[in-house]
This record gives sequence, C-alpha cells and structure tokens, in this order.
Amino acid sequence: MNKPLKWLGLALLVAGLLVLPFLFKNYRVFQFNLVLVYAVAVLGLNILTGFNGQISLGHGAFYAVGAYVAAILMDKVGMPYWATLPFAAVVCFVLGWLMGFPALRLGGHYLALATYAFALAIPQLLKYKKIEELTGGVQGIVLVKPDPPFTFRFLDQPFNADRWLYVFTLAVAALMFLLAYNLLSGRIGRALIAIRDHPIAATAMGINLPFYKSMAFGVSAAFTGLAGALGAICVAFVSPDSFTVFLSITFLVGVVVGGLASIPGAIFGAIFIQFVPNIADEISKSAPWAIYGAVLIGVMYLIPTGVMGMLKTLWMRLRPAPAAAPKA
Amino acid sequence: MTLNRRMLTASLAAAAVATLALPAAAQKKYDNGASDKEIKVGHIGPYSGPASAYGAIGKTISAYVEKVNAEGGINGRKIKLITLDDAYNPAKTVEVARKLVEEEEVLLIFNSLGTASNSAIQKYMNAKKVPQLFVATGATKWGDPKNFPWTMGWQPTYYAEGKIYAAHLLETKPNAKVGVLFQNDDYGKDYLKGFEDGIGDKLKITKVSYEVTDPTVDSQLLTLKAAGVDAFFNITTPKFAAMVIKKSAEMGWKPLHYLNNVSASVSSVMTPAGLENGIGVITSSYIKDPTDPQWLTDQGYKDWLEFMKKYFPAGNLADNNSVYGYTVAQTLVQVLKQCGDNLTHDNVMKQAASLDITLPMLLPGVNIKTGPDDYYPIEREQLARFDGKTWVRFGKVYGR
Repeated sequence: MNKPLKWLGLALLVAGLLVLPFLFKNYRVFQFNLVLVYAVAVLGLNILTGFNGQISLGHGAFYAVGAYVAAILMDKVGMPYWATLPFAAVVCFVLGWLMGFPALRLGGHYLALATYAFALAIPQLLKYKKIEELTGGVQGIVLVKPDPPFTFRFLDQPFNADRWLYVFTLAVAALMFLLAYNLLSGRIGRALIAIRDHPIAATAMGINLPFYKSMAFGVSAAFTGLAGALGAICVAFVSPDSFTVFLSITFLVGVVVGGLASIPGAIFGAIFIQFVPNIADEISKSAPWAIYGAVLIGVMYLIPTGVMGMLKTLWMRLRPAPAAAPKA
Repeated sequence: MTLNRRMLTASLAAAAVATLALPAAAQKKYDNGASDKEIKVGHIGPYSGPASAYGAIGKTISAYVEKVNAEGGINGRKIKLITLDDAYNPAKTVEVARKLVEEEEVLLIFNSLGTASNSAIQKYMNAKKVPQLFVATGATKWGDPKNFPWTMGWQPTYYAEGKIYAAHLLETKPNAKVGVLFQNDDYGKDYLKGFEDGIGDKLKITKVSYEVTDPTVDSQLLTLKAAGVDAFFNITTPKFAAMVIKKSAEMGWKPLHYLNNVSASVSSVMTPAGLENGIGVITSSYIKDPTDPQWLTDQGYKDWLEFMKKYFPAGNLADNNSVYGYTVAQTLVQVLKQCGDNLTHDNVMKQAASLDITLPMLLPGVNIKTGPDDYYPIEREQLARFDGKTWVRFGKVYGR
C-alpha cells in the first residue's frame, strides 16, 4: 500500500472514532469507554503472555491496584483525574516487577497458579481494616465523574461527561498502543519473543533472561494498572468486589480471542469481553454463561489464532498475489 | 392549514374529554417509562456469581409481575419488568443501571441487591433523579432523604434490629451485665450502634470485636465470660455465629443470648453449632417463615403457596427469598397503584414516602410505614426463641 493512502486511511479512522460517540446514546458511549479501557488492559497482558509466553491469571489484581491508586489519589489527595494515571502505572510497574522475580523460578503452570493466588488475595487485602481509612473497606470509594473542560453540540448531541471521557480514554489508549508498538517492534520485542520460543537459545545469544522477564512483567502490569485507573475514572466507583478472580480470567480470554502476540488484537479481545456476556444475557436469562461458553468454544474451533490471526489469513488469501511479482 | 385544522380538532377533543371526564382523571402525567399501556420497571439482581442464591428474589419478583399482568395490571397498565444480572459486581451494576435508565428508560429501578452494588449507583441515580426504590440491603444509609431523596430501603435495618434487642433486654433484665461481640466492619458497627442507642446510658456494655480473617473467637468469649457478662448480643456472620454458640456451651457460659437475624439460619448455623447448644437463643424476624408449620392454615401463606405453584413452579417452597420477593413486589404494586395516572419519577417517590399498609406475608403486627422524612419502610420485628428444632415467636412486636 502506498503512503498517502495509508495516511488517508488513518485520518478516516481517527475521524470515525471521534464522531462515533455522537451517534450513540450515553450508555453506549459508556460501553465504548469500557472497551477502550479493557483494550489497554488486554494489551498489557498480551505483552506478557502473547509476546513473552508467561501466563498470568492475576492481572485483575494489577487492574484493581491501578484503580485503587487512582481512586485514593482523587478522593483523599484531591488530585485531578488525569494526573493519577502515571502514579497508577508506576505503582503497578514496581509491583509487577517484584512479582516478576518469583516468575523467574516458576515456569508455565506454576507461574499461572502463583499469579492466581495474587488475584485471589487482592480483593480481601483491600478490605483489610488497617487501610480502611484509605480504601473505604467493603464499601469502596465513590468518585465524581470529571466534567468536560468545554462544551458544544454536535449532531444535536451535547459534549457531556461521558463523551469527554471517551475522547480522553481514546487519546490515552492510542498513546499506550503506540508505546507498545514501539517497544515490541524493535530489539526488545524480538528479545521477548526469543525468550518465549527458546529460552536457552535466547540466553546463548546474549539476552539477559532475568532482566527481560521481570521487565516484561513490570511493563505488562503498568499497562494493566493504568487501564484500571482509567476504568475507575469511567465507572466512578471502586470496591473490592469489583475485582474478583473472574476479571483476571476475562483478560486472558480477551488476549486469546483477540490473538496472541498481536497488538491490534487487544481491541478485538476487548470488544469480545465487553459485549459477548451482554449478548448472552439477552439471549437467555437463565443460562447466560452457558451461551458465553458455547460462543467461546466456537471461537476457539473456528479461529484458533484469534481474530487477528483470522484477519491475517484472510489478507494473505485475498491480497493481489504479491508472490507473483518476482515472476514478471 | 392541515396542521391548524388538526390542532383545532385535537383541542376540541381535549376540551370535550375535559368536560366529560372527572378533573382528576384528565390529569395524566408521564415521565420516561410510563404510558397509557405500560409501566417500565428496572430490576438488578445477582443471577450469577458469588451471591446467586439471592437470584431467587428476582425470579419471584418476575413471577409476581406476571401474576399482576395476568390479572389486568395496575390501573389498566401492564408492568414491564426488565431484570438484569450484575453478578454481584458493583462495576457491572453501574453499567447495568445505566442501561436501564438511559437505554430502556425505566420509570424506576426496583430492589437492586447488595450494599456495595447500591452504593455504586446511588450518586448516579440521584443525579438522574430516577427512583432507586426498596433496595435489598440492610444498611442504615438507605434512609437518608435529605442527601439522597431518590433512594429508599425496604427491610428493617441492622440499626433498627439492634435497637429491638436492647428494648427487650431492658424490659426483661434491667440489671444485666451486658456484653457484645461484633464483626469489625460496617455491618457489625451498624448493629452495635442500634444496640447502644437502645441501651442508652442505662447499662454499661463490654464490647469486643473480631476480624473476618480471625481463625476463632475463643479469646473474645473468654474476655466476655471473665467480665461476668450475663446478657450477650452476638453480632456475627453464620460461620462465627455457629462457633460462638458451640464454644459458649463448652465453656459452660449461659448468658441471655441475642443472635442477629443475619445468622438465624437453622441449617447453616444452629445445626453445626449443635441443636441442643442453641436452645434459648433469641433472634428476630419480620416475614413469615415458609417452613414454620403454624402458617399452614394461614390465608396469606395459602395465597403465597398458590402463587408459587402457578407462577413460579421451579422455586423452592422452603426458601425465605421467595417470601421476600413476593412481599417486596406487593409493596411496589401498592406504590404504583397509589400513583394513579400521575406516573412521574417525582410522584413515585412521593407515593413511596406515604405508605401505611400491612401485607399478607409480613408477621402479624408488622407494617410498612413511610413518610417524607421516614425512608425506612419496615421497622417492626418480633422476637423468636430457638427450641432445639425451630424458631418460636414470642412476645410483642417491637419497633417504631
């Protein structure tokens, strides 16, 4: 594809994304917000699981910590919502980096169990009495939704708190995707993949295994923690029960459905985890999770490489055979 | 021209209607979710997740709405109940509540379940000025019409229950040495505050607490026994309640024992504690227990049984939650009836705040009463004593 066409496509995409919230009701805009938030969280987990091959069943915990860091800073310190994001990312980076140390000794399933334990522990630790002053205990913290800095009307729809948050989340998400792309498409990305595919060969090539593995954990946790902070701002409420183990598993589902080791795949994964449970609930009230399960099994059978894998295969088949070019 | 003629016809018709009909009937007022044909009501409950046992409440409410509609609806309007699952996850509750208010445009959200879940949407509902009516939680914070005029509880609060035990204690044992064991969180403190306010400064109270994470409460019980406590209020969740009853029997400590309603289950508390150890323990209740044989001949129970068989055959006839759902749904129906043709958010709250009724599955003497400053519908309860098999009600009805 030539360059101007690419730029035009990108401009159209950005314009489309910016107009989108004005075409829907507030509630839908709120759901799009959550999709963007989940996309960043799934991207974080994908860095670890997809690119580096470390399975984590505990990323819901980093999401929870990020959410609480943002909520506490807004509620107790009175910090503006946008300023809390870097703090959430840094705290989760440190936490993830520390978590990365045991991960060096624990491989595969053992690591999955260790992170699972982490996800189990966090909701209960958040209820701990000594930090109740900060966390609000079982009751959680109710936040105030940020007002838009300016207002106007477009397509007869006001630019309100939800639409402003959408634009804000979109900008942050775009930044995070760009960061991930830069990080993973270069030397570091290749090192992570090498470790995933053959750790011994990677070491032999001079890759510092402990460093990369724990860094991957830290960066991954930072992404997910930042998503948690964004989520707390959008939902305007945090409580321990919002972040059960189920959330961690949901993120893993997002990674696999979107496509392992694919950056744009995170978006499809997020769309799946946000909308499929709702659709399942509309189809059957009595067994929504059975329907969800059936859809998931269907997805795994039909597109085992995830949505991005499927798109790639389709593209290979449909594109005007560049392989024929050398013949000519 | 056509427009003018149409308007003229319309205004003539309106004038004709106004002269013919009673003045009150001509005043139809609707907000989102209400029309001549139906009233849209939202409901949020945990059909999946850790608290899915409470899902029975939502199913009973749906079944009751079906019954109301089959019998002609309310003032000629059918109720359209939209019930959604939040899996007991407050973040999900926010999403679901927004769906109900913004997309389904319901007239009110009814009986949403869980303290944290309702906390998560309270600010939103009050900002939107959509009723968050008869929430299914016992916390005291739901009766705050000054700050949250759009939120109202239903069941007796932990605070009110604590006060009732205090009243009984002052009547029966005015010189008691009082002791309390409470779980150190909002729930425990709510109960404790009610009890303390009920006792006032008439008696000294020895208070000890425990954390949910504690393995046992043995040392706390020893403290109470050593202090010579002979009247004891047991504010514990089921697991600890069973431990307390068992341990105090082993220690040979036999105070006058009040047990909070939260842990009044025979199967999950009294049986593991040892049935004979629990004899004499006192708790309180406000709805008729469907397993209690004394209601077999009661008309209210018979009607409930018939309803269950016809509209909710999959339901469990021993499940208190189905009595709860049935009764809370009847309260909603009463509010909507009182609203008449004025189905606005405002009027729903106004009518909900002017109730004075009794319902068939409430215990005799227990009523539902509200006022503009009183957002606590049920405040009366009756005490019951454990006889080694079941709870036997005794004495007068307390509260208010």
